[in-house]
Amino acid sequence: MTVDSSSGHKPVPGSGKEAKHEGKDRPDWTNGLRRLYDSVVEEELPDSFKDLLSQLDTKD
Amino acid sequence: MGVEKRTASEKADFKRELTDVVPHLRAFARGLCGRADMADDLVQETLLKAWAAQERFQPGTSMRAWTFVILRNAYLTDMRRNRFRGEYDETVAERILTAPAGQEEPIHLSDMHRALLTLPPERREALLLVGAGGFSYEEAANICGCAVGTIKSRVGRARAALNTMLAEGAIPRRSLDDDTAHRAILEELDDVAAGQGVTARN
Repeated sequence: MTVDSSSGHKPVPGSGKEAKHEGKDRPDWTNGLRRLYDSVVEEELPDSFKDLLSQLDTKD
Repeated sequence: MGVEKRTASEKADFKRELTDVVPHLRAFARGLCGRADMADDLVQETLLKAWAAQERFQPGTSMRAWTFVILRNAYLTDMRRNRFRGEYDETVAERILTAPAGQEEPIHLSDMHRALLTLPPERREALLLVGAGGFSYEEAANICGCAVGTIKSRVGRARAALNTMLAEGAIPRRSLDDDTAHRAILEELDDVAAGQGVTARN
């Protein structure tokens, strides 16, 4: 996982609770959106990507 | 070219960072274009472009933000060529979100995804970046090449639209198959594309 993803969790001045993912009055779908994204992030990488990445070095 | 060639170790660093960011690119692409196979094609295209442009990447800056700009521009180009119609991926429908304690109706990921795909692309991408990707408004504005206020407004409108849809259970089924809706989306895309991602030009 990338480290920079944590930056969005910090409260942004002037934006109040909107920039945070945590919070009591957050609607369920905010969590759902996050899960939708995370469910893809957590998928095992298909072989086609491993192949492509391993071929990159030869493309130069 | 005027740009110094990267050393072997710099290239190795670049490749490692690029590899780390692939799951995020897949998630962003899936949210943008809806279908897993098309999203993955888009990510592959993005990886090749990023690799070819690696000398423009500033080491120490966010690889995720940099590659998102490339992915976004590739998406907008493909969208204009009519490759994506915001089609909905049925396999996602099999996954159900666990309902929080005390909650009767679980939100299905499929509902979430369909609702997301009914949003105009500019709002969808803003919501994906901030609400799902965890970018700050400033970072999202940088990726989209627009003002921070614009991103805030797009996220706000997207949230309001999703709130209404999900609260009322009034998620349109496959509304994006409709030609009128599709045309409207393409018109909005021109506005989105007008804000070229600034990060890519650094």
